[in-house]
Amino acid sequence: MPRDIPKIASSEITPLAVYQGRRDWLTMVGGVALAGLPGSAAFAQTAAKLAKLPGVKSAVAGAMVLDKQTSVQDATSYNNYYEFGTDKADPVRTAGSLKPRPWSVTVEGECNKPGVFDLDALMKLSAMEERIYRLRCVEGWSMVIPWVGYSLAELIKKAEPNSRAKYVEFVTLADKSQMPGLRSGVLDWPYTEGLRIDEAMHPLVLLTFGMYGEVLPNQNGAPVRLITPWKYGFKSAKSIVKIRFVEKQPVSSWTQSAAQEYGFYSNVNPKVDHPRWSQASERRIGEDGLFAKKRPTLMFNGYEAQVGQLYAGMDLKKFY
Amino acid sequence: MAGPKSRWLHPAAKPLLFVICLLPLAYLVWGAATDKLGANPAEHLIRSLGDWTLRGLCLTLVITPLRTITGQPALARFRRMLGVFSFFYGTLHLLSYAWLDMGLVVPDIANDIVKRPFILMGFTAWTLMLLLTATSFNRAIKAIGAKRWQLLHKLIYVLVLVGLAHFIWMRAGKNDFAEPAVYGAVLAVLLGWRVWRKVRQG
Repeated sequence: MPRDIPKIASSEITPLAVYQGRRDWLTMVGGVALAGLPGSAAFAQTAAKLAKLPGVKSAVAGAMVLDKQTSVQDATSYNNYYEFGTDKADPVRTAGSLKPRPWSVTVEGECNKPGVFDLDALMKLSAMEERIYRLRCVEGWSMVIPWVGYSLAELIKKAEPNSRAKYVEFVTLADKSQMPGLRSGVLDWPYTEGLRIDEAMHPLVLLTFGMYGEVLPNQNGAPVRLITPWKYGFKSAKSIVKIRFVEKQPVSSWTQSAAQEYGFYSNVNPKVDHPRWSQASERRIGEDGLFAKKRPTLMFNGYEAQVGQLYAGMDLKKFY
Repeated sequence: MAGPKSRWLHPAAKPLLFVICLLPLAYLVWGAATDKLGANPAEHLIRSLGDWTLRGLCLTLVITPLRTITGQPALARFRRMLGVFSFFYGTLHLLSYAWLDMGLVVPDIANDIVKRPFILMGFTAWTLMLLLTATSFNRAIKAIGAKRWQLLHKLIYVLVLVGLAHFIWMRAGKNDFAEPAVYGAVLAVLLGWRVWRKVRQG
């Protein structure tokens, strides 16, 4: 290792603010010029160093799928995160403005032990596990991602929900100064999602802090998000600030925007089509070649053995 | 036709436009071959080809106002090539959807066209473009008769609006109308100019 580092006059060093200003300017100009070139524009968050976040291999049934993992490059540059723009190439460019620390999550509503959890306290609440899940987007593509976190049930048990807590609502950050996408009226902010309490208690629901052995990059929902692997991706709220126990079924943001297209349950189901496209098959990002036939979508995204009983007797066409 | 006007009649003008019209395709082919189209190249290809179809139609509709306002009648000779290239990109858009998205399974495609209004819209716009392209060469104009041919080709106003509806509908599920709004504004100007001129001429 070279010991003597060449001396640089302090006048030669670009002040951070100037550097950052140039970066912002380049990112903006680059973003406009390279709007059609998502691959090369995708450097903002992937280039940044993220803290390591190891997890022990999970023992939860179904938590370690054997499918080939999606590359970290694809998983962090192709994101639906409308708070940072509606194009899937937007978040990686624009999510640098999100400040994932300091962060706290408020737990409130129908429970005996509400409280405000600082992020560090929340991360120490239970042992971090690595879980490899399939992620199926409602748009018809899928990935396989190693997440790091613990079962949401651990946090729910700590909060001691009462008998009126029939549902859990997740409210995510909505801060105009950090999220450029909030200027558009695409959705009613803050982005809100919900689960039935028994769904939320299922061990597969992961309160997620990291992926690929590192803390979550901003564009993937830093610093804490949900992963509900048997539901379409939009059910898994990102950058959560509030978890609320409620008696009435909450209205999810997408349901509010287009109820006929996005239902409360939104379980992955190849037999129930989206009004504008079939859900029978999917394209695995980075794996299925350009001209490969799409692969069949699995019932409950392949987690039927684990979660099927939650919906016994329900008409899944009606409760889509 | 002396002076600056004649530059549009330069023998290299049309071949040059032809090459320019192929650039978006060249970029997409290069991007696909070198894996530069992002995580989901199929989606990128299908959407880009749709974008270029709509852009091509807008450019085709720019010619008449441009030549009238600037007093450059020679510009009219580029209109057909732009129209046919719009059809070319529209066909690639349809083919890429049929192949990359539907795996060329004809019953699935037919089912999709019937079942989903936004696909039906796109397919209708393409069919109309096919009709206009098929009657775009000189012998066809002669056979149909100039008057009736002109009337037939007024269908571009219908099909571009159907194409825009296809785009709006596709984005409706995501409530994301920023881009369709830009095309809508451009078309409002281009079609509005024609209405305004018609009204003024009485």
